[in-house]
Amino acid sequence: MPYMDYVSGCPVAERVVEAMLPYFKHPGNPSSIHSVGLEARNAMEEARGKVASLIKADSSEIVFTSGATEANNLAIIGYAMRNKSKGKHIIVSAIEHISIINCAKFLQKNGFEVDYAPVDRYGKVKLDELENLVREDTILVSIQHANPEIGTIQDIEKVRDAIKDVTLHVDATASLGKIEVNVERLGVDMLTLSSNDIYGPRGVGALYIRKGVRVNPIILGGGQEKGLRGGTENVAAIVGFGRAAEITMEEWKSEAERLKKMRDRLIEGLLKIEDTFLNGHPTDRLPNNASVRFSYIEGESIILSLDMEGIQASTGSACTSKTLQPSHVLMAIGLKHEEAHGSVVFSLGRWNKEEDVDYVLEKLPPIIERLRMMSPLYLKKKKGGG
Amino acid sequence: MYSEKVMEHFRNPRNVGVIEDADGVGTVGNPVCGDMMTIYIKVKDDRIEDIKFQTFGCAAAIATSSMATELAKGKTLEEALKITKQTVAEALGGLPPQKMHCSNLAAEALKRAIADYLKKQGRIDELKRLGLDKLSEEEEHEEEVCEV
Ligand code: FES
Repeated sequence: MPYMDYVSGCPVAERVVEAMLPYFKHPGNPSSIHSVGLEARNAMEEARGKVASLIKADSSEIVFTSGATEANNLAIIGYAMRNKSKGKHIIVSAIEHISIINCAKFLQKNGFEVDYAPVDRYGKVKLDELENLVREDTILVSIQHANPEIGTIQDIEKVRDAIKDVTLHVDATASLGKIEVNVERLGVDMLTLSSNDIYGPRGVGALYIRKGVRVNPIILGGGQEKGLRGGTENVAAIVGFGRAAEITMEEWKSEAERLKKMRDRLIEGLLKIEDTFLNGHPTDRLPNNASVRFSYIEGESIILSLDMEGIQASTGSACTSKTLQPSHVLMAIGLKHEEAHGSVVFSLGRWNKEEDVDYVLEKLPPIIERLRMMSPLYLKKKKGGG
Repeated sequence: MYSEKVMEHFRNPRNVGVIEDADGVGTVGNPVCGDMMTIYIKVKDDRIEDIKFQTFGCAAAIATSSMATELAKGKTLEEALKITKQTVAEALGGLPPQKMHCSNLAAEALKRAIADYLKKQGRIDELKRLGLDKLSEEEEHEEEVCEV
């Protein structure tokens, strides 16, 4: 039963659960000064160190949050609020995670100006246009490392060159554990990390904030996380995140190799189905991402049909979104509505095996065929009218 | 998210296909979602003798087309016109609110197929009496069915 929807959610590794277990019952509050509090604090700081070394940062530069969404909010809103005296212009790419897009819209309603950096049809940020968008009063640029929906990886070093010394935030939710994420080499000022995407628990993430970069908290409380994130820390989850980071550091390279082989075979097989196209960049893409679109049919019916065969994947079709709008990522790479309709993302992960790829490639073609036989668009094309 | 009945019709939709020599054809498109549905009818003595559909859309769109065609089959034209998005949704054991517009697509396509039949027969008076004369070609693609 191949689960190929790691982009939506990952299982928590058994090794991670084991590390967390003692801290579910542990009463210690890291802020307490007594020995029990200290135990919790030590566990938390050890985890911080592990997360930091995964991205080659210093542990003092890691702020734990409730997840990647909160980290993105802290980076965008927290940074803008703190630095508004320097300027009120920010730039985000058109294919950022919805939490970034919505933070940008929030700022727009609150006196900031926002520009959305366009991408080409492969989802690569157009660097020359990005460069032109940078103004005197631009205080922040946010560009994701890789896109979970189409798999495209951005050239962050080139982004850094294009925007000169403007503060750069990078959302590394999708790339962490899949490709190298090294804050020094990337030249970033802030970086968003998610725990669940590296098989850690949900409900925890982190924002890397380079030394010297100033941010306002968005959750006010008792001064936890150096005043950047109020609220008693979720120690068990943080410990799990730390363990997940440790495992990722040891295993990501060989795992990426393994996934890439499966992904290539999957993509090759998918593209053999007639009128099927790859979304995203053909080579600069996440090793676990196979994103395609099938003409003439709609994603929700594909996903539900796959589910009946025990295969889970996801889609950017308008029919499955709460707003009935197609995915903004698919629109930004220039797809038409009906093209976005038939898009399906297969995202692979640690528990997938080679035979899962065979299984999907066996079950999928008849599903596509069956749905196409019901589609008026397919008929039109067959008659040569479309 | 869907009722068992919806899933059953999605898995085994009734009346899928095309009637080459149809007496009436109705197509509705949804400009927002990009969905599309066509219903073909064969009419004898003002009864829907045969009916087929094609759908480009979500599982609910497929299930509602299937149910709408099943409900309409064998009915007189006037009876069939009473089929609304509610009738179809109820027959399916309910639909999630954000999927009611798919049900509307099915009811609309059926209505348009009947209108097309009457038009082809030159029965303009009836078309007017039944309020079907306003379903102009242009309107077809402007249906506002995607509100949330
Ligand atoms: S056809 Fe788009 S939501 Fe049903």
